[in-house]
Amino acid sequence: MTAVLEVKDLQVAFGGVKAVDGLSFSAHEREIIAVIGPNGAGKTSAFNCITGFYRPTSGSVRIKGLETTGKRPADIAAVGVTRTFQNLRLFPDLTVLDNVRAGMHLYGGQNWADAILHTPRFKRSEAMYTDEANYWLDFVGFEGARGVPVRNLSYGQQKRVEIARALARKAELLLLDEPAAGLNYSEKQQLLVLCGRIRDLGTSIVLIEHDMGLVMELSERIIVMNFGREIAVGTPAEVKANPAVIEAYLGKDDEGAQSNGDA
Amino acid sequence: MSENVDATLAPQRLGPPRSPISRLLESRLIGWVALAAALLAPFVTASPYSLNVMTTAAIFVLLASGLNIVVGYCGLLDLGYIAFMAVGAYTAGIISKSFELPLLFTIPAVLVMTILAGLIIGAPTLRLRSDYLAIVTLGFGEITRITANNLSVTGGPSGIFGIPGLLKIGGLDVENPAVLYYLTVLVVSLFVLASARLGKSRLGRAWRFVREDEDAAEAMGIHTYKVKLLAYIFGAIWGGLGGVLFAAHLSAVSPQSFIFLQSALVLMAVVLGGMGNMRGVVIGALVISLLPELLRDFASNRYLVFGLLLVVVMVFRPQGFWPARGYERERATVDVDPPAVATEQGR
Repeated sequence: MTAVLEVKDLQVAFGGVKAVDGLSFSAHEREIIAVIGPNGAGKTSAFNCITGFYRPTSGSVRIKGLETTGKRPADIAAVGVTRTFQNLRLFPDLTVLDNVRAGMHLYGGQNWADAILHTPRFKRSEAMYTDEANYWLDFVGFEGARGVPVRNLSYGQQKRVEIARALARKAELLLLDEPAAGLNYSEKQQLLVLCGRIRDLGTSIVLIEHDMGLVMELSERIIVMNFGREIAVGTPAEVKANPAVIEAYLGKDDEGAQSNGDA
Repeated sequence: MSENVDATLAPQRLGPPRSPISRLLESRLIGWVALAAALLAPFVTASPYSLNVMTTAAIFVLLASGLNIVVGYCGLLDLGYIAFMAVGAYTAGIISKSFELPLLFTIPAVLVMTILAGLIIGAPTLRLRSDYLAIVTLGFGEITRITANNLSVTGGPSGIFGIPGLLKIGGLDVENPAVLYYLTVLVVSLFVLASARLGKSRLGRAWRFVREDEDAAEAMGIHTYKVKLLAYIFGAIWGGLGGVLFAAHLSAVSPQSFIFLQSALVLMAVVLGGMGNMRGVVIGALVISLLPELLRDFASNRYLVFGLLLVVVMVFRPQGFWPARGYERERATVDVDPPAVATEQGR
């Protein structure tokens, strides 16, 4: 298996605060990896480094074997990464379909002259954008109006649109930042199934998640972070039994903590 | 693409219910109706005064449609837009006067100069966001005017006059006010159409994505800086051509035409009409340019009345006469593909 994502000794510091302090991990094809850890552990900072929103202080990120450290986000997206954000980052005044079309920007298929002249190429390209946007909305199980501004939708629907937008990019690596936050039980179950289907497309998923039930069921490997460092890595069962993890989550006085490992 | 499907299967109604008037306004015909009105106007009144007012209004529509690309689509507040018109007008004026060329032949040079101006103003400033950009563009607008005021090649404070007409072919003299009016209307409608079409394309969507959320746009692989610069360059071209028409119309160019108030008025047309919606912006531009003329009965108080009307409009329609709707037609049928997760969950 080839590594889709390789993070080596990644460090980010803001002033004196080391948000990420020597993180290394890799993700392989069709793998689902979860990054967990207490709030402030540096999970989202690590995501932002991988996607280029933060410039790492040191260390390297390779995506599909290409060095992407320090490149700008748009270039990294072009290499083959797509992501969702911790707090929804949709385009609120634009329609659901337009939001998903954003993910397809890199497909091209038309230029400004085509747009002004309405050439056949432009019409083909627009039809393709619309069809694919609908396809991805179907794929994530989005039900509801698609021609309305996305701000009119419920939170759960918006989360789906954001995933559809990320999928429309058709990248080999998908980073999900807390995809289950704010979802109810049945929505979480649907998310579980959806992640499996995304993996079946040939996409690797790295997700940050606080819902341990979801993480344990979904991921093949779990990386546990605390204070910017990786404190444990392994299968769900291994991580569950790891004393360092239990300590990070429950504190040091570990009388009976073992039994609560899956918190 | 799916026009026939939509017609037969009657797609669900989107957005709030619409009155017959707004349905007419939103139909595809409205462009033709507006063009017909513009073409027929001289048959109603063709005095030199009214032709002058109408030509000025048409040029103003062109400027507003160009600024709409920058401010409406891309969300870049530009307070010095008139600088591009100044660059266009001066370039056309200087070249046509010194080489005795009709203005039409100066257009390639005008395009080069306005694109350059767009790059010079845009490249360093577009890394800034919102308020900072507004202040810098305000500065550039003033710098352009003051430079024109002080250089000898631009004729200093008195400017350039006696600029040749657009073109002279046999008996057809474009300096004739009526001919110039029709030519202006033709050019302006083509450019309004072009900028409306740009708004509904991949590039136009990219502009909106940048306006709504730069980081999210960047994460989707959109080079936000490049896209913003393109918006600026398109805006500059529209402004520059407005300048050529302006020079042809007045056959004179002077720094007083490019004061900050002009930038503010164009911006006001965009905001009043409805940012991002080309139809609204055309209406806004017509209101801003024609209303002061229609209010001449109020004599010296007309700008007071004008200002009050603007305040009233903004109180009752804070997003402008006709804001961008944010609705679009959906496909009428569901694809053959099974509706994904829902079925698996047996919802």
